[in-house]
Amino acid sequence: MSMEPQVPPLFQVEGLRVAFGRDGQLYEAVRGISLHVDPGEVLGIVGESGSGKSVGMLAALGLQPEGARVSGSVRFKGQELVGMPRSQLRKLRGARIAMIFQDPLSSLNPVMTVGDQIIEAVRLHHPDMSRKAAMGRALDLLALVAIPQPDRRVKQYPHEFSGGMRQRVMIAMAMANDPDLLIADEPTTALDVTVQAQIMEVLADLQDRLKLGLILITHDLGVLAGHADRVAVVYAGQVVEQAGVDDLFARPGHPYTRGLIASIPNMAAESERLFSIDGTPPVLGKLPTGCAFHPRCRHAREICRSLAPQAQTAGAGHSAACHFAFATPEAAP
Amino acid sequence: MTRYILRRLLAMPFLVLGVVTLAFLLTSVTKGDPLTAIVSDRQMNNPEVVAAAKAKWGLDRSLPERYIIYVGNLLQGDMGTSFITRRPVAQDVMYRLPATMELVIAAMIIGSLMGVSLGVLAAYFRNTVIDHAARVFALFGSSIPVFWMGLALLYLFSVHWGVLPGPGRIDARATLPPTVTGFLTIDTLLAGDVPLFFNALWHLILPAFVLGWAVAGTISRLVRANMLEILSREFIMTARAKGAGELRVVTRHALRNTMVPTLTVIGYSFAYLLTGAVLTETIFSWPGMGSYAVDAARGLDFPAIIGVTIVGGVIFLVTNLLTDIAYVVANPRVRLG
Repeated sequence: MSMEPQVPPLFQVEGLRVAFGRDGQLYEAVRGISLHVDPGEVLGIVGESGSGKSVGMLAALGLQPEGARVSGSVRFKGQELVGMPRSQLRKLRGARIAMIFQDPLSSLNPVMTVGDQIIEAVRLHHPDMSRKAAMGRALDLLALVAIPQPDRRVKQYPHEFSGGMRQRVMIAMAMANDPDLLIADEPTTALDVTVQAQIMEVLADLQDRLKLGLILITHDLGVLAGHADRVAVVYAGQVVEQAGVDDLFARPGHPYTRGLIASIPNMAAESERLFSIDGTPPVLGKLPTGCAFHPRCRHAREICRSLAPQAQTAGAGHSAACHFAFATPEAAP
Repeated sequence: MTRYILRRLLAMPFLVLGVVTLAFLLTSVTKGDPLTAIVSDRQMNNPEVVAAAKAKWGLDRSLPERYIIYVGNLLQGDMGTSFITRRPVAQDVMYRLPATMELVIAAMIIGSLMGVSLGVLAAYFRNTVIDHAARVFALFGSSIPVFWMGLALLYLFSVHWGVLPGPGRIDARATLPPTVTGFLTIDTLLAGDVPLFFNALWHLILPAFVLGWAVAGTISRLVRANMLEILSREFIMTARAKGAGELRVVTRHALRNTMVPTLTVIGYSFAYLLTGAVLTETIFSWPGMGSYAVDAARGLDFPAIIGVTIVGGVIFLVTNLLTDIAYVVANPRVRLG
């Protein structure tokens, strides 16, 4: 699992903020996220859609939407990425830090063969490598993610692949330059349930074999249960709870985390109705006062409406931003 | 793919026959009397002259008879004799077609290059000064009539500044190179006459630019809209995440995806260019099909009118076929059997 504490983190995000200007007003989608990934560690980031988890990670690599303002600090192996010149950032992207996205069909260029797309990924960072050598590398990569008949598949276009196979191609492409960190943004969300497990297996296997740092962004806490070392729960652009995965499931400190855990479908549960958290996440620019979660929280009191909670810690590496975190051990969601 | 092309080629003769029939019928229903083009006003009252003329040009026969004779002759490459030039229409066309093709192809190259680059710039720098400037420039080209634009630019560049030559395909005093392709820019080079090549090229630039500008507007609007859509797609994000630079993202990833619809518009704009060539050729004294068609229409020169219509129709059919083939080549998702 996690390494000794003296090893510096592979990837460290501190106070990351991403704001969009619209009609002369500034809306913050990410409001000071702090988290870190150690070498070879799997960090899960969980939150509802629109919580800022994807935008935040994209912005960390300089891939924020046009016009967005990014502040705070993102360090990769000690190098500061926020404010780094674009050309330098490009050398890291796809080489040391790779990304895969939610929908593998729209994430691949429809008019380029799969081989050409992988070759491009290789040669962008190895301009001296011959096309032939890069093609050899592409074949190896397709074999690495267990795509059968790579020499035939390499000449095909994305539309000739099934959803799961396309995501394997995306993973192969991400692995092209042996990155230290892979950011997987909802890698299984667009896939069939049966295929989801296979893709997670491919990712877990690569992560284990290549000692890859992996950030797994998902809205499904259930996916993280078997695959993450640590989990960061994001709500309304902030990390509301961070903990080791077992600790999180055993002692969730934040009512939102408890809600997420309760919403995981459970075969053994006696109740037939699936639990869901009341209400909807706040809209950008219409944040509630105090704790952003208080309008949906069953335990909200006066203080929650007026004062934003500070993170409270309970044991090593477990923190939750709730006035009453860890206060009611048997608390219902 | 091959089967698709073969099938399309097999359909061609029938389509051409359709064009021939339409051209023939449309000409025969016009009000004008072709005799006025053949027989002088003074002789119109002389029944013998009129009857002789009718017999000579086959106008005494019924429409179906004339149609069958025409198609029969056409199969042997005979398009009849022009009332005005008194030369075989086929010969006139063979002489004038290369001049038009040279103009239209040059215009298409200029128009596509301008249209695509303006569209890409406008999309990439959307809602900035560059975007607005590109759109205004494109709007100018497509909304100002070619005859006005032609005259204005001819005045500015040729008369006022004197940087470009006046009307015509080549300097009037020049000895023409031997005709091989009929394209002066190519024939001069084949003859090894470089100064004459530039002479022809400088003559070509202005009319081709005027004509090209007119289609650049349509192309750039389409490219801009498509680029905006493509640039927001996820695979663009993938390309950036791979570490690709912006130039590469735009050209290799976005533009290639835009090429599919763009090729279609460029191909179909060929028809517009042929039509636009009529006016441009008149302004620039370009001895092509356009000015020939204008003369034929004015003089009720029916064989020439039908001939021009058929050639235009065939060119249109061929470019459509080429466009469709290019579409398949550019888009791997289309599989035609």
